Amino acid sequence: MTQYLLSVHGVEGEEIPAPDEMQKIFKAVDDLNTKIQKQGSWVFAGGLHPANTATVVRVQNGDVVTSDGPFAESKEQLGGFWIVELPDLDAALALAAEATVACAAPIEVRPFQDEPS
Amino acid sequence: MTGAVNGSDIERVFRAESGRAVASLVRFFGDIDIAEEAVQEAFAIAIQRWPETGLPPSPAGWIITTARNRGLDRVRRESSRNDRQQQAFLVYATEAHTEVGPVEDERLRLIFTCCHPALGPEAQVALTLRLIAGLQTPEIARALLVTEPTMGQRLVRAKSKIRAANIPYRVPDDHELPDRLRSVLAVVYLIFNEGHVATSGHALIREDLCGEAIRLTRVLVELMPDEGEAQGLLALLLLTEARRPARVSADGSLVRLGEQDRSLWNSALIEEGHAIVRALLRRGIPGPYQIQAAIAAVHADAATAEATDWSQIVQLYDQLLMYTPTPIVALNRAIAVAELDGPEPALAIIEQLDLGNFHLYHAARADLLERLGRVDEATDSYDRSIDLTTNMVEQDHLRRRRADLHLH
Repeated sequence: MTQYLLSVHGVEGEEIPAPDEMQKIFKAVDDLNTKIQKQGSWVFAGGLHPANTATVVRVQNGDVVTSDGPFAESKEQLGGFWIVELPDLDAALALAAEATVACAAPIEVRPFQDEPS
Repeated sequence: MTGAVNGSDIERVFRAESGRAVASLVRFFGDIDIAEEAVQEAFAIAIQRWPETGLPPSPAGWIITTARNRGLDRVRRESSRNDRQQQAFLVYATEAHTEVGPVEDERLRLIFTCCHPALGPEAQVALTLRLIAGLQTPEIARALLVTEPTMGQRLVRAKSKIRAANIPYRVPDDHELPDRLRSVLAVVYLIFNEGHVATSGHALIREDLCGEAIRLTRVLVELMPDEGEAQGLLALLLLTEARRPARVSADGSLVRLGEQDRSLWNSALIEEGHAIVRALLRRGIPGPYQIQAAIAAVHADAATAEATDWSQIVQLYDQLLMYTPTPIVALNRAIAVAELDGPEPALAIIEQLDLGNFHLYHAARADLLERLGRVDEATDSYDRSIDLTTNMVEQDHLRRRRADLHLH
């Protein structure tokens, strides 16, 4: 079994779906979450507030400095994610296919490193 | 048989069997590197032993058994450092499989791994040549015209993605097979095309790659005899390869289809290709490779360029456009239309295509303009085409055609 991060990527400033469209997305994501939990692949998942709510903490010249985020200056920002445990990449890609349809955004699939034994 | 066994005999066995051996060991060990190294080691032992003992009754079985034992030794050595999972695997492995008999062909699983859509096209091609065709990294680097370190890195990266992301070794389920098979066939087609007209360099054709692509397609057909598109691809490659002896003149320059000496075409390959196309037509489940094979078959049927049945070719391109509505197919169709209805309607079609960066688009345009007597425009189009061509032989050909323009 491998754990995968399925992250939802959005472009900042892109048009936000209309409210009824948004409700559809919420419903679809809810249904998918239930399905993932039922099939026993669920580890964790969550949606994030927009990137302008982010704060970055880092070490600079030996001091810990806090500043307004986000860290990445790109327009593409993380909007949410699932962590799931599945037999292989094909299973993860099949789930990602459902996820991208449900949340109407591109999904990046990345394997976690094995836990050190 | 205990006759003299020499290095080239063993190399032949390696070429023919290493793909199968690596595939079956990848399945066994679940790891490409262990499988590859074990097979290399087994062949190294064969090189020492076989000249004395002669070829074993089943060289492939001998290689797989020897490689498996070497691989197990290695896993055992490395796992003595406390990897419980591997210890458990060893118990399973040594108990469950003591002798390797006529194993199920594992190459098919591995082909689908190598051509997995999660890998980039370049990695797919490199992995397929390496793991299925049994080419060594320097050979692949030479064939694809990149440096050896670059190719080595590409392979390492691809293999580590397979391992880290846990890309499975399996034949896709029926519902995903058409999609996945398409990417496998596309990889083989890419390998052939790179051989047919090398992207760059001084030789037009890289026979080694064409040969490998045909060999791979034969493996695919053998493994998936019911897949019409795999058969279609094989027929297409055979019928294209059949024209090879006529495609380049004695001085190394390119000869166009219409001007080729058709007596040089390889009749055995044409016969084989035709037989496949006929069987596919009877079967009646067409697909894009089958249609392209049918087009190649119509060309092969014509004893002279003038005898070509262009109306059938245009019809086949119409059909192909329904499957793959790409501007390249539309361009090829337009070239056939020019033969059937003249250059004017063909030029009208071409003008609508968005292929400004494709050298053959400008070459085709130049040819049509030339036939219409529009020499200045034809010259411009040849210039554009020459600028965009990276193969020297193609470039020379286009230069000659441009120079000939002014002789008329």
